[in-house]
Amino acid sequence: MSTAIQGGLHRDTKGSKLVRYSLIGISLLFVFLMLILPLITVITEAFKQGFAVYSKAVADDYTIKAILLTLEASFFAVAINTVFGLCAAWSLTKFKFKGKKILATLIDLPVTVSPIIAGLIFLLTFGRQSPIFPLLQDADIKIVFAVPGIVLATIFVTFPFISRELIPVLESQGTDEEEAAALMGAKGFTIFRRITFPHIKWAFLYGVVLCAARAMGEFGAVSVISGHLRGKTNTLPLHVEILFNEFQYVPAFAVASILVMLAILILVARSVIEHKGRKK
Amino acid sequence: MKRKSVVIPGFGLTTGVTLAILSVVVLIPLASLVVFSAQMSASEIIDVITRPRVLSSFKVSFLTAFVASLINAVMGVILAWVLVRYTFPLKRIVDGTIELPFALPTAVAGIALTALTADTGLVGGFFANFGIKIAFTRIGITVALVFIGIPFVVRAVQPVLEKLDPAYEEAAGVLGASRMRIFWKVILPELIPAIFTGFGLAFGRCLGEYGSVVFIAGNMPFETEIAPLIIMSELQEYDYSSATTIALVMLVASFITLFLVNVVQNRNAKILKGGS
Repeated sequence: MSTAIQGGLHRDTKGSKLVRYSLIGISLLFVFLMLILPLITVITEAFKQGFAVYSKAVADDYTIKAILLTLEASFFAVAINTVFGLCAAWSLTKFKFKGKKILATLIDLPVTVSPIIAGLIFLLTFGRQSPIFPLLQDADIKIVFAVPGIVLATIFVTFPFISRELIPVLESQGTDEEEAAALMGAKGFTIFRRITFPHIKWAFLYGVVLCAARAMGEFGAVSVISGHLRGKTNTLPLHVEILFNEFQYVPAFAVASILVMLAILILVARSVIEHKGRKK
Repeated sequence: MKRKSVVIPGFGLTTGVTLAILSVVVLIPLASLVVFSAQMSASEIIDVITRPRVLSSFKVSFLTAFVASLINAVMGVILAWVLVRYTFPLKRIVDGTIELPFALPTAVAGIALTALTADTGLVGGFFANFGIKIAFTRIGITVALVFIGIPFVVRAVQPVLEKLDPAYEEAAGVLGASRMRIFWKVILPELIPAIFTGFGLAFGRCLGEYGSVVFIAGNMPFETEIAPLIIMSELQEYDYSSATTIALVMLVASFITLFLVNVVQNRNAKILKGGS
């Protein structure tokens, strides 16, 4: 019987070696063709006409303005979603109440909505055909085709990114430690700062990185709500689109290369945070 | 509805802030879509969605999203398998790169894939020798959607594969089953719910995808025009009711997809809990 097993294993290892190398080969080829090659393409296209053309495109006035607007929208998205994520995670994991499941589902809703539709709903809420449009106009508040609209749409598409990372960690943590602290007389914020936050530190950072990544790259939703006003409501991805559609390929890829570098930075930060979090 | 033994402070504050932000950012805007479409009559809605150009955009959207998610289901399992079971050089980099579609702005992915697969590009030039066009065809759309969807499947399958007990495979091996048979009869059935979840998430995302597709599609009516693009062009012509109607159809489709994913996930979680 033992020879039969050995014989079987022997046959398997030979066969599985071939399978193993071909599967690794297929995987490496796929990752290279689908993921790495597009990155290389952006960089080579950006430098096609030399460094001078590249730096001119990157230092262009409209590019700088687009970078600033992208940073602004990303900052607000991260800030609001941080407040929201912490509050939602605290409320959903530390207390039991009716409608909790529905609330959790509603928070996750925005990721299933197409970016174009995300832009459309803000257009319908605050745009010309909205019932509150006259009120906004009287108060001289511009949301659609202006920066507040871009910020709102960006918050929408990144809405669950931070709370989604926090809730599972807090759920597995339970409420015993916080209850003990509260019974000993600690105030709410002290409990959060001294007891809860150390547990969720890495999950929180992870969520912030994911949120920032999506916020700086959002295209569809922002494209609908921005009105494409160059120098006013143009984020970096929209600027890439305008340049590309004007057949200014080299500047388009030069601006895109900024986003590629940010994306690589985010991937590195992500894996560092994941590594550190796992060690804990 | 608080438990009587609640001692942790902050329920009112955190729930209040949560509901306030949720209402302003998500609920009111989504409600405005419903309110706006409620003003239209049923015949108006049917008129819009049965326009040949709209119908064909639905067809292109669903077809390309389906084919791309199918490719991703197969490639995702292979990638997850290779990353969990084998060791090879560059493994950590490959693992990190899987996440690239989440980090790279879709517009950048779109122009990069377009440049790569156009007839003048590296990959497109190669396939042009065989008379196959990628950019500006439905194949191009599918390529972009494969790029967008791949991390969903890999990240759904990977943890399940990591937890899979090798004892069953060994037992099957001892009993004389070949590697192929073990994979089909022992491993794959365990992975099916995770594959379905990944497939569903990728499909839902691909249905609504805009940024990466708009450049590579070429956007020819009846050929390579996807539904999100029709919504966009209706908006540019200030035809808000048509845009809203098409959006509503797409929204319902993605909610159904997500609902099915949730059903499978819940059932799977119950099986896992009951088993251990």
